[in-house]
Amino acid sequence: MLFRLEPRGERSGFWSIGSPVLAILLTIVTMMVIFALLGKPPVQGIETFLITPIANVSGLSSLAVRAAPLIMIGAGLALCYRANVWNIGGDGQFTMGALAGAGVALALPNGAFWWEYPLVLALGVLGGMVWAGLVAWLKLKFNANEILTSLMLVYVANLILVWLVTGPWRDPQGFGFPQSAMFGAGATTPDFGSTSIHLGCALAPVLALVLWQILGRSVLGFQLRVVGQAPRAARFAGFSNARLTWIALLVSGGLSGLAGIIEVTGPIGQLTTTITPGYGFSAVIVAFLGRLHPVGVIFAGLLLALSYLGGDAAQINLNMPNAITGIFQGVLLFYLLGADVLILHRVRRIRPRATEAA
Amino acid sequence: MAPGLNRSVAEDAPLLALRGIVKQFPGTLANDHVDLTIGQGEIHALLGENGAGKSTLVKIIYGVMKPDAGSLRWRGQEVAINSPAQARALGIGMVFQHFSLFEALTVSENIALGLNDPKDRENLEGRIAEISSRYGLPLGPHKAVHDLSVGERQRIEIVRCLLQNPKLLIMDEPTSVLTPQEVQALFATLRRLRAEGCSILYISHKLEEIRSLCEAATIMRLGKVVAQCDPREKTARELAELMISAKLKTQDYSQKHSAQGPERLVVSKLTIRSNQQFGTDLKEISFAVKGGEIFGIAGIAGNGQSELMDALSGEIPAGAPGNILLDGAPVGLERPRARRRRGGCFLPEERNGHGAVGGMSLAENGFLSAHIRGALGRFGLINRRRTQEFAAKVISTFDVRTTGPLAEARSLSGGNLQKFLVGREVLQQPGVLVISQPTWGVDAGAAAAIYEALVALAQAGTAIVLISQDLDEILLLCDRIAVIAAGRLSEAMDVKDATIERIGLLMGGTQTGREEEHVVPA
Repeated sequence: MLFRLEPRGERSGFWSIGSPVLAILLTIVTMMVIFALLGKPPVQGIETFLITPIANVSGLSSLAVRAAPLIMIGAGLALCYRANVWNIGGDGQFTMGALAGAGVALALPNGAFWWEYPLVLALGVLGGMVWAGLVAWLKLKFNANEILTSLMLVYVANLILVWLVTGPWRDPQGFGFPQSAMFGAGATTPDFGSTSIHLGCALAPVLALVLWQILGRSVLGFQLRVVGQAPRAARFAGFSNARLTWIALLVSGGLSGLAGIIEVTGPIGQLTTTITPGYGFSAVIVAFLGRLHPVGVIFAGLLLALSYLGGDAAQINLNMPNAITGIFQGVLLFYLLGADVLILHRVRRIRPRATEAA
Repeated sequence: MAPGLNRSVAEDAPLLALRGIVKQFPGTLANDHVDLTIGQGEIHALLGENGAGKSTLVKIIYGVMKPDAGSLRWRGQEVAINSPAQARALGIGMVFQHFSLFEALTVSENIALGLNDPKDRENLEGRIAEISSRYGLPLGPHKAVHDLSVGERQRIEIVRCLLQNPKLLIMDEPTSVLTPQEVQALFATLRRLRAEGCSILYISHKLEEIRSLCEAATIMRLGKVVAQCDPREKTARELAELMISAKLKTQDYSQKHSAQGPERLVVSKLTIRSNQQFGTDLKEISFAVKGGEIFGIAGIAGNGQSELMDALSGEIPAGAPGNILLDGAPVGLERPRARRRRGGCFLPEERNGHGAVGGMSLAENGFLSAHIRGALGRFGLINRRRTQEFAAKVISTFDVRTTGPLAEARSLSGGNLQKFLVGREVLQQPGVLVISQPTWGVDAGAAAAIYEALVALAQAGTAIVLISQDLDEILLLCDRIAVIAAGRLSEAMDVKDATIERIGLLMGGTQTGREEEHVVPA
């Protein structure tokens, strides 16, 4: 029996939603097979991986805390990639945002929250924008490939961070540890009640929804999509490629910077040499898993955060290697990209015909 | 090998006989029990509007698609053609409308790339030279393709096919990009091939060509064969009427509009460098167009048409503001959106990815160029209701066959998308419209609709610049014409004074069109 893919000619509304659901179901089945092959009970394995980590309130709040930076950076990257600008330096922009905001926080340890916190956040956004702006400038001025420059600037940012926390910004009362002083109350991201959920967890989905509206409904979003899909058509319509490149990089850089400053003023509370476990890189997967759609990015961010927590749980409870997280992410991405074909194509069975000569 | 091939083949069997071919696509029946019989040594015309099912049928013959039902007999034997390679092995060659050549490689390198079997590449240049001289297809094997004219590029494709000694040569709209002289040379080649027993399936919209070249014709409409006839016994008008459902109105478009009022578009000494690697620089181009006038720019592809289009629309800025005057305003340095605000509308030749975005809906494609003049946005947001209404209006006014404003542009056939794009520009009521190749790959019915829209627009006082490689179209519509060759524009002439010979000479690059230089390679 043979099957063939035929173009539908239109996007299928059903499969736009059905494809990620199908992908997740197939991933769960595959993971169960993998658990069985490794000699672990499959049902219990899936439960440990996907349900145990979020079975209680503290688990859910950990999920939100892990997902917040992934969603913020991922949403910005989704917009950037739609415009065909390949910023993969989210981690560097995250770091520079954290540094810029932290500089103010450390300089003004006793500021009042109502004015200092907004100032710290604004500088965080600005720090990320400057770092991404460098990429835009290099691309437009020297035609330098943004994939390379944004990636290399990640390492530059990280070296600046290490230099600052081991040198000028090291906490004098820190027993020589490479970390800054804790930030004052005026520069601390507020929590909700007794959980670890902080302001950023609420802000991330809101920002993603705002980006969704911008992409879908605004002239600017339309211009970004056109320049990404058909650069010549954008030129024909009179949309400036340079302006849109700047906007795409500044928006994604600003969001990465915001994620960075919220992370250091919130869950971490100070600068250390490792303020990101690679959020900026994981966010690239989030953006693609969310299929470059800001709302998809919310779900993708949650799922990726869950896979980190699930990996931890599987390590502790089932004595499995940490690589299970990477396997889960890979299998999921594989099925999702495969199932996405159904949005633009339908499967048709080919009946063998009697007239066919061998 | 198909069983029974060693059974004796009837000498009088037709070369290719298709019976009851059915091909279903989602939403349309592209081929509805189509019969087609091509005799040995026959030039057979396949006629039909865009969407009539010609391309589908040809793809089935060439093995690109498989039919859902029906049979194919090749010299009396039933065969199934599963791939283009199998079609070539049987002796079927095809010259596509759009060439697949590497610009940076030489002629013989390009031909070698198309050959699968290494032993075919032995003594390739000798065989190219032999075929070139035998069929009157002059080619320099060491020339780089980017230096060649469209006619020469087509010769490469033909030679590539002939190297395989085909019994059947399929040609898809081969003359749409050639000068009249090149067309005559091509016809001589095709007649020589026929004399040697090679059959040719010739797909074209140009009815006069078919009448002078072909001795049999199959006419399709909406997936069905509507007539099989000898085109030499029919008038062009009769053929056209068979092809399209509605009766053709006899049109004399040029009488309906005339120059009126001041000059709305003035181009003076426009000199720009091309923005493409193998492009053509424009040199001191000057012309002026009044309201109500259709100004034609003829020329062979690649002589600066796309650069001129981009310069007029604002994609490439001119050297100085005064190089281009739009209703008196110097706009040479203005961006496309500013020019649109002043009343300029533009439609480039390439639909996919230039005039339209394939992956976006028709509504969004309407917004692409009409959002300023159509006021489809407000406060930086897209006004979805107005955008969809605008697209729906284009669709109904121009009879675009589609499921609605939300259909993706790439789901439309070329002719339908072109009608939508022309409609998009025309409904913006431009003061100046610059349009390139408006009926490229478009069927006669859609072309007539586009012509009528352009004429109506001119009547309403718009100045229209029509850049086209189709001379018939230019002579049919325009009041005055000029010829672009190697980035220079000839003096404008009244269409009454323009003869095919004079235009052909100008296309070849002689400045006045009266010098007696030869442009057809001997």
